[in-house]
Amino acid sequence: MTTATAEAPAGAPSDDHLHLKGNQLPPFVLPLVAVGAVGVALLLYFLTSIQGKIQTGLIAILLYAAGQTVASGLVEGRRRSIDRFVRTAVIGTLLLALIPLAAVLLQVIVKGISKLNGDFLTHSMAGIGARDHGGGIYAAIIGTLEQIALASLISVPFGILVAVYLVEYSRRSRLGRTISFFVDVLTGLPSIVAGLFIFAFWILLLHQHQTGFAGSLALVILMIPTVVRSTEEMLKLVPHELREASFALGVERWRTIMKIVIPTALPGIVTGVMLAISRVAGETAPLLLTIFGNDYINANPFEGHQSALPIYIFTEAAKPQSWATTRAWGAALTLILIIMLLNLIARLVSRRAKV
Amino acid sequence: MTTEPAVEPGGPAGPGGTEGIEPPPITPEGGKAKVSLADQLFKNLTRACGVALLLLIAAIAAFLIYQALDALRANKGNFITTKVWNPNDTPPIFGILSLLTGTVITAAVAMLIAVPVAVGIALYITNYAPRRVADPIAYIVDLLAAVPSVIYGLWGLVVLVPHMTGVESWMNQYLLWFPWPELAGAIIGAIFAAVWGRGTAGALATAGGVLGLLVGIFAGVANAPDSIGIFNTGGNTVGRGIFVASVVLAVMILPTIAAISREVFRQVPTAHKEAALALGATRWEMIRTAVLPYGQPGVISGAMLGLGRAMGETIAVALVLPASFNIPWRILTPAGNTIAANIANAYGDANNNGRGALIASGLVLFVVTMIVNMAARAVIARRAEFSGSSA
Repeated sequence: MTTATAEAPAGAPSDDHLHLKGNQLPPFVLPLVAVGAVGVALLLYFLTSIQGKIQTGLIAILLYAAGQTVASGLVEGRRRSIDRFVRTAVIGTLLLALIPLAAVLLQVIVKGISKLNGDFLTHSMAGIGARDHGGGIYAAIIGTLEQIALASLISVPFGILVAVYLVEYSRRSRLGRTISFFVDVLTGLPSIVAGLFIFAFWILLLHQHQTGFAGSLALVILMIPTVVRSTEEMLKLVPHELREASFALGVERWRTIMKIVIPTALPGIVTGVMLAISRVAGETAPLLLTIFGNDYINANPFEGHQSALPIYIFTEAAKPQSWATTRAWGAALTLILIIMLLNLIARLVSRRAKV
Repeated sequence: MTTEPAVEPGGPAGPGGTEGIEPPPITPEGGKAKVSLADQLFKNLTRACGVALLLLIAAIAAFLIYQALDALRANKGNFITTKVWNPNDTPPIFGILSLLTGTVITAAVAMLIAVPVAVGIALYITNYAPRRVADPIAYIVDLLAAVPSVIYGLWGLVVLVPHMTGVESWMNQYLLWFPWPELAGAIIGAIFAAVWGRGTAGALATAGGVLGLLVGIFAGVANAPDSIGIFNTGGNTVGRGIFVASVVLAVMILPTIAAISREVFRQVPTAHKEAALALGATRWEMIRTAVLPYGQPGVISGAMLGLGRAMGETIAVALVLPASFNIPWRILTPAGNTIAANIANAYGDANNNGRGALIASGLVLFVVTMIVNMAARAVIARRAEFSGSSA
């Protein structure tokens, strides 16, 4: 943290004008304060009951911030010392946010990699008791892929059509504004409520069973607003001249949309869809109520309970045995890899579109 | 089918086309009727999808109410004020109070942690970092949003809970006396003051918050050990409590708030910033006078969107919190539950009435998050109008 705070970042506007008049902190002071802060923190670490490396790091940062503020206040005056303090605080928040990200990713990789082998990927949990170490995520992977595919099949055309209506047909009408508003409402819908709705409607009222398809229906509700919003943004980017040129050639509006507007916006739409898919791939709560989970392989999403990777992680994490937790980490790594793959594809598609 | 020229089917919905560009009313070979039919069909198809989306939301509300009614009628307790949740018993007694307070408290503590950090990150990316550092950091923060919630829950349960015991014991020992609820009151008062401008209402809210803070400090110092301070564990151990759940939630909503704050901070006119610097302001004074006032509505609406997400989060909370039904004032001890987590935990062994009760609680969650989200959108919309008129 010392180097980051000591030097002004290049490129951003410089603060040099503040030094034209008035005292300036000698260059050796800040490293001195930093060394002092780290030293005191290490002393606390070794001498007192304050243990833990992250705590020690945080204490060092706090001491450094306080020390440099006091030093700067004595030499450079109040305004400059507040400025220095805020700079350190801002960089501190950044470090604070990077800790959990690094911790989560590191844990998932370190604990999951040992589980990620052919046996784990190609076996289900069939016949695995509480004391057994084996078992795998094959059924869960099949379930997740099928449910995502079904959800996309329904929500992508639907979402694109809604976006077409919003952008091409009803920019200013009351119905358009109402739909647009409720798309926003749907964006904020808690995922468990989507699951609860499918549970109340599809399972309790229509007396359907808990199947992979019921899970897809819940995911559809969560995917629609993302698809509509991203498609809408992309359609708005299509230049008006293209539409006008098409109209001028006597092409009807719907053919203009299908042949000119959507193909022009297609890479952006694909990116939005991939991001929507990667968002719902990790959804657990709605699936919990709708697919129920299954230890056995069930490749038919329309009949019988199915498993899914998020559900698998949830059930294994809730078990007390350490090997169950290891299975959860392995499944977590697999899920993250799948989502990263989808994100990567989205980025590649959008990059190719720019060229 | 008829020989009428292509009349826009319009209706109340579609009088205006895209920015006033209408498709050609007449087509070359006189095949008007057939051509306009396809066009009409397509337009009506897209509109039907839009209407279906409205129906979907109406259906969500309608079916949740419909399925909840029976259970609510059978309930022997008051649904609003009862703390226990025993909908499977005969007679069923259940109420939303402890679940709703648990939901609000976890989300509020998560906000107190996440908002300052998110604003700090957004400021760093827009005002401190050089571009080649800012872009990767923005990408990394967005990456936080891509991690599924169940993985955060797993991490919270397996890694964070044991690592937090040290910090939590320390907080229990040294921060016990401080009147945190009053501080929260003062902060809420300040937020209200900021939202409603510097009028009488805002001044009153701030004054009330500050007064509450002062009273609370004296009360807290007076009877420190036995106060109902939120860091008091009451002799219990620290662990899977509201605080850890809130930390997990804070990590999850951080990217949302940071992304929206970043966008509004980026839109601050360069002229404003350069004017501040030209008047001799330090970097922080420039941020305080130019960036923060301009970005304030965006930060508020981002925070409220994050609040909605924190309230609706299920799995991470369900994994971390033990499902207990009391009002979790003591946020360090293992206690507390939220509406969403309770649905995930309790639906498995719920009978008919229990399911209805869970659906009723889901309805409450739906309404609360919808209000929060609508308020957030309203703040953004007000800002859009404002900047539009002043431009």
